[in-house]
Parts: sequence; C-alpha cells; structure tokens
Amino acid sequence: MTTHSIKQKNAGCRAALAPYSIWALLFVLVPLLFVAYFAFTDNNFNFTTEHVARFFTAVSNIKSADGTVREVHTYLMIFARSLKLAAISTIVCLLIGYPLAYQIAHAKKRTQKTLMTLIMIPMWMNFLIRTYAWMTILQDSGVINNLITKIGLPPIHVIGTETAVVIGMVYDYLPYMVLPIYSIMLKIDNSLIEAARDLGCGSVSVLRRVIFPLSLPGVMSGITMVLIPSISTFYISQKLGYGKFYLIGDAIEGQYLANNLHFAAAMALVLMVILLVFMALVKYLTARSVYGGDAK
Amino acid sequence: MKKVLPHIFTVLVFIFLFAPIVVLLVFSFNDSKSLSVFAGFSGYWYEELMNDRNTLEAVRNSLVLAASATAIATVMGTAAAWGIDRLRCRWYRGLINTVTDIPMTNPDIITGISMMLMFVFVGRLIGAKSSLNFWTMLIAHVTFCLPYVILQVLPKLRQMDRSLPEAAMDLGCTPIRAFFKVELPEMLPGIVTGAIMAFTLSMDDFVISYFTSGTGFETLPIRIYSMTKKTVTPKMYALATIIFFVTLALLLISNFISDRDAENKKPKKAKRVRH
Repeated sequence: MTTHSIKQKNAGCRAALAPYSIWALLFVLVPLLFVAYFAFTDNNFNFTTEHVARFFTAVSNIKSADGTVREVHTYLMIFARSLKLAAISTIVCLLIGYPLAYQIAHAKKRTQKTLMTLIMIPMWMNFLIRTYAWMTILQDSGVINNLITKIGLPPIHVIGTETAVVIGMVYDYLPYMVLPIYSIMLKIDNSLIEAARDLGCGSVSVLRRVIFPLSLPGVMSGITMVLIPSISTFYISQKLGYGKFYLIGDAIEGQYLANNLHFAAAMALVLMVILLVFMALVKYLTARSVYGGDAK
Repeated sequence: MKKVLPHIFTVLVFIFLFAPIVVLLVFSFNDSKSLSVFAGFSGYWYEELMNDRNTLEAVRNSLVLAASATAIATVMGTAAAWGIDRLRCRWYRGLINTVTDIPMTNPDIITGISMMLMFVFVGRLIGAKSSLNFWTMLIAHVTFCLPYVILQVLPKLRQMDRSLPEAAMDLGCTPIRAFFKVELPEMLPGIVTGAIMAFTLSMDDFVISYFTSGTGFETLPIRIYSMTKKTVTPKMYALATIIFFVTLALLLISNFISDRDAENKKPKKAKRVRH
C-alpha cells in the first residue's frame, strides 16, 4: 500500500470520528468544566470558595429522641448517610448477587440464557414506577401487611426506615452486580477447578482459593456499578424513606429546585471528586489482585 | 438437601425481583382506587388512561425525543466506531475511549447537572428567556446514548476479517461501495442492538431529562414523576403495564437478532474446520 492511500484512509477515519469527537468535547468534557466553574463562582460569576466551604462547614442543630440538641455538620452528615446506605446496599447486592451469578453460571446453557433475561427484565420497568410499587408493597397498610395480617401475623413496619431505602437500592441495582460477576465466571477455565480438586481441594477451598480470586475483577466492577448509582440516587430515599433520610442526591436536587445552582454544582463537584478517587482505588486494587502475582 | 438449598435461594431472589412487577400488573386491573387492596377485576384504569390527554401527550413527546436521539446517536456512533476501529494514533484512541466511558460511569445526576449548568450559562449569555427546552434535552439524550451505540458496533468491527473490504476493493469496488457492501452488513446486528438500546434508554431516562428539560416539553418519565408527587391511582400502573410489555417486546426482538447473528456465525466456522 502506498503512503498516499494510507494517508487517505487515515483522513477517512478522522472524518468519521470528527463529529463524535466534537460532540463529546462539547457535551461531555466542557459540561464537567462548568461544574467546577459554577462551584467556584458566585451569582455574578466572581471567584469564591464559599459554596465548596459551605459543604464542609455548614452546621445545623438536630434534636435527638431524648430531647437533647446536637450540632452536626449538615452536609457532611448527609454525605456520610449516603455513603453508609450505599455501602450497605452494595454489600447486600454482593451477598445476593455473587451466589446467584455462581448458580446461573453453573446451570445449563439454555437455563443460563433464560435466567439472565429474567434478571434484566425488571431493569426495563421505569425506575420511578418500580420504586413506587415497592412503596405500596411495604406500606403499613400495603400488600405485605395485608397478606401477613390475613394469616394472623402481626404487621411489620418497614416504610420510612433505612431498611426500606436499602431494599429499594438493592432492588434497583442488583442486576448491575450479577451481570459482571456472571460474565467473568463464564470465562473461568474449568480445568483450573478440576486441577484444584485433583490436588485435594474441597468445594469450599476451591471456591476460596480458585473461583473467588479469579472472579475478583467482576466483583470489583459490580461493586462500582452498584455503589455509584446508589450513592447518588435521589428518588428512592424520598419515596421509601418518606423523605426522612435526606441523601446527597436529594440535597443536590433540592438546591437545583431552589435555583441555588452554584451550591448544587459545589456538591456535585465534591461527589464527583470522591467517586473519581474511589474508582481509581478500585482500578488499582483490581490490577494488583489480578496481575500482582500473588502466587501463593 | 445440598442440591435443594441453592434452588430455593434462586427462586427467592426471582420472587424479590418480580414482586413489584406482579403487583403492578395485578393492581392495574383493580376495580377500586386502592393500590394495596384488590377489589375486583376491571379495565377501568386503562380506559381512564386513554382519556388522559397529558399522559398521551407525554408518550408522544417521549417517542419523538427517543426516535430523534436514537437516529442521531446511531449514525454518529456508528461512524465513530468505524473511525475508532481504524485509528492508528494511540493517544487519540485512548482519549476517545476514556471520554466514551464518562457518561456511562458518571452518576446520572452529575451528567444531568453538568449539562444543565452549561445550558443555563450559554442561555444567559445569549439572553434567551429560558435556556432549557426540547433541544437541550435532545442534546443530552444523544450524549448518553452515544457510548452504548459505539460499544455495540465496535465488537462487530473487531470480529470482522480485515481483508474483506480490501478484497472487495481489489475486485473493483470503490471504497464507498465496499463499505456499503461489506462492512455495513457486518456491523448491522451491532447497529440494530445499539439503536434498540439507545431507544429504550432514552424512553426510560428520568434523571438526566429531569435536569435538562424546560417547562412545556414533558416526557413520559417526567410525567410519571409528577404523577407520583400526588396521589397515585392504578392508572399509573396501567401505563406501567403497557410500557412494560412494549419494552419486553423490544428486548425479545433484540435478543432474537443477536441470537440469529450468533447462529449465522457458527456454521461458517464449522465449514472452515471441515475443509
């Protein structure tokens, strides 16, 4: 091939890429810069650190059950609560999702396909509606309580508690945990498992020393894919927590509705930076656990 | 016993996954206003839904938006995938891959907020009355659909035998003809599944739309959001049931396409082995 035609080809591929490159620059990268710009400016677009500082320093008083008044960092507390609920949801998703992915990956080929489609189906129901449906299920006079009082059991109170919020998050994001773990389990070489068995490993030890380490990259991406949406959600807590558990997403939405765009941007910026650090950490840990050569 | 326990576990998880959907389906046919006590079977709420002007308008809006976003994202994304596949320059490729990942890994709320801020800023700059409208929403939807189209098309190009388009050109095809005769058919299953994904994502998106929509153009998820702010009647469940079956049909079609594609690939390989 002559250099001329190589050049021509390269020109062709750049021309095909150009619209997307420009689009991504204008509507992916530049908007992120605007988050930082709004976060560090006031209403007249003069530089200020006031909004970012407000996130870290704002305080408010809360009354505890015994009547004593405590002073807390408003937004740090909201953030800590988001982190806590998101972490619990992620762990629950992992505890349910991992055995489920294992089960599916070891089923017959046809069954595998059906089960994976079944897992995907709820994802295609609008997330507002399925969250609302959970609300009607968990309510004090809801579907579950109607059923259990009919068989003579005492009603349970779930709605408006942190448990309800966690149920909502787990429900919404469980498929994101199952998918990556399932696809990595399919790739695990069966002969490794057989080799471990031949060398005297029991089932538990095969799982612990062969399957689990090999499936770690899937676990890591599952964790990121569940943690990120659940830490930033803003509808689940309003409906299932009855608005009692204000999360960082709710705080951002609230500031947006109140037209405090600069403070909303500041919170979004903080959230984004923390998530970036978290993702870098996960990437590093995955790289180390997979290629780090822990051969023992 | 050892065999039964895991099955019980799987069944329980699937009950959990389908509980709200079953509740939706059942209560959409409820004869009363209640969402938790079933009074009897009736199609009343479906009739009610058909008379709800605002909701039907929202459905129409969503369809228009999703169709436009899908069309733009599919064309631009396919061209981009084709370009990325042939890109030699390493840093450019790395950069494009990173940027493509951003809308998928960033939380929706940040994608939404970031675009909203830019639109508001530009709107103020040019002195527009309201900076958010149909067009800002369209831009946002195209942006979050693009990565999915690219990631569906790219593997098809990677699977393709590189010498095929070259052979076509050696046999007298112009590069453009070779593209349409050889490369496009290879990419087509990826393009179709990518487009279906883009369409369903766009129809379903709430968070990003919420931040980038102005008043006057209400999509279905935004309509649902405002419905859930007030007292909800089984009408919303009737709506959900219809959406559910439509998306289910789309999902099955796209599964069918990828299945057929996989099966088309199989016999070819077997033949090669036999020769």
